[in-house]
Formats: sequence, structure tokens, C-alpha cells
Amino acid sequence: MGTIWFCLIAIMITVYVLLDGFDLGAGAIHLFVAKTDEERRQVLASIGPVWDGNEVWLLAAGGTLYFAFPVLYASSFSGFYLPLMIVLWLLILRGISIEFRNHIKSAVWDPLWDFLFCASSLLLAVFFGAALGNVVRGVPLDASGYFFEPLWTDFRLSERTGILDWYTILVGVLALSVLMMHGGLWVRLKTTGAVGERACRLASRTWWMVTALTALVTVLTFRVQPQIMKNLRTWPWGFVFPFLAVAGLAGVRWFMARRDEKKTFLSSALYLTGMLTSVVFGVYPMVLPARNPLHSMTVMSAKAADYGLKIGLAWWVVGMILAAGYFTYVYRSFAGKVAVEKNSHGYGD
Amino acid sequence: MNQALDVHRLHFAFTVTFHYIFPQLTMGLALLLVYLKTKALRTGDEHYNRAARFWARIFGINFVLGVVTGIPMEFQFGTNWAAFSKAAGGVIGQTLAMEGVFSFFLESSFLGLFLFGEKRLGRMGHWWAAFLVFVGSWLSGFLIVATDAWMQFPTAYRIGANGEIELASFWGLLLNKWALWQYAHNMLGATQTGCFVMAAVGAFYLLTKRDEVYGRTFVRAGVLVGVVAALLQLFPTGDMQGKLVAEHQPPTLAAMEGLFHTQQGAPLAILGQPDVEKRKLDNPLEVPNMLSFLTYKRWGANVRGLDDFPQDQWPDRIPLLYYSYHVMVGLGTIFIAVMVLAALLYWRKKLYESRWILWLLMLCVPLPFIANTAGWMTAELGRQPWLIYGLMRTAHGASPMVGAGNVWFTLIGFLGMYSVLAILWLFLLWREIEIGPEPSGGKLMAMR
Repeated sequence: MGTIWFCLIAIMITVYVLLDGFDLGAGAIHLFVAKTDEERRQVLASIGPVWDGNEVWLLAAGGTLYFAFPVLYASSFSGFYLPLMIVLWLLILRGISIEFRNHIKSAVWDPLWDFLFCASSLLLAVFFGAALGNVVRGVPLDASGYFFEPLWTDFRLSERTGILDWYTILVGVLALSVLMMHGGLWVRLKTTGAVGERACRLASRTWWMVTALTALVTVLTFRVQPQIMKNLRTWPWGFVFPFLAVAGLAGVRWFMARRDEKKTFLSSALYLTGMLTSVVFGVYPMVLPARNPLHSMTVMSAKAADYGLKIGLAWWVVGMILAAGYFTYVYRSFAGKVAVEKNSHGYGD
Repeated sequence: MNQALDVHRLHFAFTVTFHYIFPQLTMGLALLLVYLKTKALRTGDEHYNRAARFWARIFGINFVLGVVTGIPMEFQFGTNWAAFSKAAGGVIGQTLAMEGVFSFFLESSFLGLFLFGEKRLGRMGHWWAAFLVFVGSWLSGFLIVATDAWMQFPTAYRIGANGEIELASFWGLLLNKWALWQYAHNMLGATQTGCFVMAAVGAFYLLTKRDEVYGRTFVRAGVLVGVVAALLQLFPTGDMQGKLVAEHQPPTLAAMEGLFHTQQGAPLAILGQPDVEKRKLDNPLEVPNMLSFLTYKRWGANVRGLDDFPQDQWPDRIPLLYYSYHVMVGLGTIFIAVMVLAALLYWRKKLYESRWILWLLMLCVPLPFIANTAGWMTAELGRQPWLIYGLMRTAHGASPMVGAGNVWFTLIGFLGMYSVLAILWLFLLWREIEIGPEPSGGKLMAMR
């Protein structure tokens, strides 16, 4: 039962990263690809009706984690206290930037929100990457099952490490470049004109950075977290996950050269899926590795009681079918390129 | 540790109080939007659609603030109350996860369609979008109230081998009697907020003699829905809540009412200042025997005062609890008076000309926000010293490794951030009201 929920939550987090990833990425490149007011409204219109729904995957995954692995939720959320609070502030700033920008047209209003939207998206991408890096690297859990990580200590991989060290920063930079590519491809897919072309060029350049960093981080990760190699030896079919990532990465290049916008974007999604599932596969059965392996938290030690998990499975499946239905409907309703008339809100009425 | 505990409490109290300003209006307006869209559909009058579009813009601004201030609430269960989450996550994680899976997906998907898709969806489709946003937001309200209700009146659980609290009955958790009454009471409060805001904007238009057609629609909708909500707020929902507290949290009832000594034929304190040190109520203005009657339907019934309970069972902020409760009840009474008067004037066809009642409706607008906040403070302060009533004390629930300094840091951060949000909220709402509901109203409308 614990392993089922481990997989289900991994799926939810992956969906979150795929969906919110493109709107975070669109934010991170906002100032770089969209120069005029009209172009900026094109970028915003491409995510306007969906970003909030995308972000709900974070909440739903968080809630599901809470109910299925309460011990993990308690330990990791209190241990990552400071970075999570910073993430919250960034999410607040980002949400209001997207929604409030188009309310007033003034030389002191929209540039402010454009800047905040871009900056908060950039920082969120780095923080989410660093968070993933922390989970892979392991945290200073002790026998009590709790820990508290400061934002940084000496940036080395010691026993008393902070949220940011050289490894997690590197993962953060990788995450940022990946989401910039992912977001760029989304903007390319949804917009027309100069902004789409700039986004495409940016994504194309970022691809090289993503490829180089992926190779580097992969090599380093095998050293930082030995469990991954162990799992791959025990279950060789697990190689399918890194293979997906490589295939996705190759696909981005291949379809980009053929100017197939949709398949390029989907390849980027495939790459992200491959990377995340590789991590999840690699750390199993741990849900939160500790710097001292004796204290690592596992699926079995963190899960809630079986009755609740079984009941949960019933409503979760129903809920996910409904959610999949809503998302299909919404994305269909807003399919195609966005059209921004001068002085309108995009999809406007 | 104790020092950190107080900051953790303040942290949650501040962020949740600020957060709830927005959902109460969201939930209230969601209902009224369905009302306006239904009117539009049934009468075929485009006026109602324009009115709905105006309120949808206000709804949109308010909704975003509800979302961004809501995310910190879910996170804080883990960040600040880790020991509580570890013990009880298997139970209340159910309702919190269901909120994400069932209501947030629904709400966010259809809000996008409701705000941006009127042309694409057609008349019927757009009504459905409004209706599903309403269902999503009200379902979310239920799941949160069910979570709180379990903390007030834990049920459907058993204690596991390691002392963790396990869920024993899914339906027992969802159909907790406390949850059902608290939900009804809470949603009526939210409805009243929506009604007072709508009526106040309408009254403002009528008093300033602009957009008067809309002004009349808004005042009528606010008053007609509001009068029903105001009455149901008191009876049966408020009455039942009081009975549940009397039955299951007797020290809380005594503290709320400022009743220090057990008494037959206990009086109801209308005004007065509790003096906890001397265990008496200063300057009391009381209705004799009324508390006994309200609680047990007998004038001479025995009501247990605080001295009947060991002091470690007393709520730890008695004056604040007493005032919260009295503010809630006092304002609720005022709402009934205002709404009933307005409804009578509407019935006599004098409502739109009676400037005094329009003034009153307009000036009442902050009061339902205060009443809802006071109501929640009554519930949460009343639950003290327990985090889960009878099961876990608040003192044992906070995150063991998060120190006071870090909590102050984030509390100050939230104070700053939320001050900015409050200013933006008021500014943008005022701007929408100023632009008004008429499509050609104001040159700024071109932006939309």
C-alpha cells in the first residue's frame, strides 16, 4: 500500500512539474523574449487561463503527501522551513503579478509586475531544483525523525549541510535551464510573431546548457547518492527512466529542426518525466534519505495506517479521473495560438 | 520551546485570519453569481449578464488573493505544526488532500472558463461554469470545516501502535455532526459577507445616483438572500453550535459567556469585562436566567461555570475568547435587524428611496468580515488548551526543531507581504467599483 502511494504521489509531482513547469518557464523567460507590451500580453495570455489550475497540482500533491505519508510531511516541511516559506512568498508574488498586471495600463504599473513575474518565476525554478537536490543528497535527519536545515552553511556536502551547497545549487541551475527550455517551447507553441521566434531561439540555445548540465549532474548524482546505482543493479528495467530522459532530449533537437512545435514541446515533457522518474526510482524505498543512512525515512516508516490509505485509493482514482476530464476540457477550450488584440486581455470577452 | 510555541500560534492565527478575508467573500459571491446568471438565463435579460460580468471581475481579484494566501495554510501544517501533523496527518490529511483533488481542480479549471470563456461557452455553458465554480468553492469550505470539526470534536479514529492517530471510519469523519452544523453556520456567514458587499455597492450607486439600474439589482439581491442567511445564522445553526459546545466543550461555554461560577438559572451577559484573576465579570449587563434557557430550554437549569473545571482545562485566552464571542453575536444581531428592516422596506416598495437604510447598508460593509473573523476566533480560542480536543494539547503540536527566531522571521515577512496585498486588494476593488458595471463606464474599461 505504501509503495502504491509512493508511485501515485510521484505521478502527481511529475504532472505538476510538467504543467506548472511550462508556466514557470514562461515566466523565467518573460523579460527576455517579450519586449513590447503586446508581446508581454501574449506570454501572459498563453498561461493566463491555466496557470492556477497547474499550480493546484502542487497543492493536491502536497495534500496527498500529507495524508499518505504524514511522518514524511511533518519531518520534511519543518526541516525545509525557511526555503518553503520563501517559496510561498515567491508563489504569492508570482500569482498576483500574473493576475494584476492587466488591470491598469501605466508606465509604473505593468513593468513592475512584469519584473516581479519574471524574477519570482526564475527564483522558484532554482528553489524547486535545489529542493530536489536536497532530497537526492539526503538531509541531516537524526534519530528523532526531525531535522532543521539552515539556508546554507559552508556549501560543502558535510553532515551539517544547508539547503544550498554546491551540489544543490547545481541542480537548481539545471532546473532553471530545463524550465526555461520547457517554457520557451510552450511560448513558441502558443504564440505568433517575434515573441515566438525569440522563445524558440532561446530554447534552442538553452538545450545545449541542459544537455551539458544533465550529463554533469548525472555523474555527480551517482557519487552523491549511491542508492541509485544499487537500485539500477537490482532492477535493471529501471534503466528505462534515464532512457526516457535521453530520448526526450534528443527528441527536442530532432523535432525543433523539423519545426514541429507540438512534438518539440512534448519531447521536453518526456525529458522532464524521465528525469523525475529516474530520481524517484533511484531513491526508493527511501522517501527522505538522511545524510547518515541509518536515519533515512522509508516508505514503510513514513506511511499512514492501511485503512485510510485503502479508502484514499477509492476517492483518489475518482478525483483524478474528474481532474483529467477538467484539464482536457480546459486545454481544448483554449487550444491554438493566443490572439492578443491591442488593448485586450487575450482571450477576452 | 514555550517562547517558540507562542510565535507559532501567532503565525498561524495571523496568516489564517488574513486568508479568510478572501474565501468568505469568494464563497458568498459565488452563490450570488449563480443567482445573477440564473436570472439572466430565465429572464433572457442582458442586464443580469452585465451585472454578473461586473461581479466576476471583483470575484477574480478576490479569488487570486484567496488562492495565494491559502497555499501557506496547507504548508504550515507541516512547517509549523509538525508534531501535530505527524500524529494526526492520517486523519485530517484525508480531508485536506480531498480538498485539493476534488475542489481546487474543479474551481480553478472552471474559473478560467468562467472569466475568459463567456463567448466560447454560450449561455448555458457559462451558467454551468459559474455553477461549478460555486460547487468547487463550497466543497472546499466543507472539507476545511470538516478538518477543523474533527479537531473540535474528534471522532472516527483509533490510536495506533506508536501512538499515532489512525482513521477508523471515513464516513464518520465526513459526516461528523459537528462538521455539519459548523459548515452550515460558516457558509451562512460567508453568504452574509457576499450579500452585504453586494448590497453596499448597490447602495453606493443609488446614493451617488449613478448606475442606478444596477444599484437596485445589487441591493435587492443582497437584501433578499441576506435576510434569509441572517436569520438562519442565529437559528437553527448558531443555536445548535452553542448546544454542541455546551455538551462537548463545557469549559469553553463557561469562558465564552464569562460564567465563572456554577449557577442555577444562569444569566446571559450582554456586556461586561471578564476579570480572570478575581474570577468575576466587571460591570455586567445581564439578562437573568437567559443562559440557562438558551442552553437547556429551562429557566432554572444548572449551568457549569469555570470553577467547576480544573484550571488546566480552561481556555488559555479567556478575555479574548469572551470578546470574540460577544462581538460575533452582537454583530449577528445587528445584521438581522438591518436585513429584516431592508426586506420590509423592499416589501413595501420603499427600499430604493429610503436613503437612511441605503446609508446603513453601505456602512455595514466591514462588519460581516469582522463577525466571521470573531466567529472563527471563538471556535479556535475556545478549543484551547487543546489542539485536538481531549487528545492533544496545543503545547505538544508545534515543530520541535523550528526555533522562535526563524518563526519570527517568517511572521514578519508575512506581515509585510500581506500589508501590501491588503492595500492592493482595496485599491483594485475600489477601482472596479469606480469603473462600474456599464460596459462603456469609464475610459479605463478599454483595457479589459
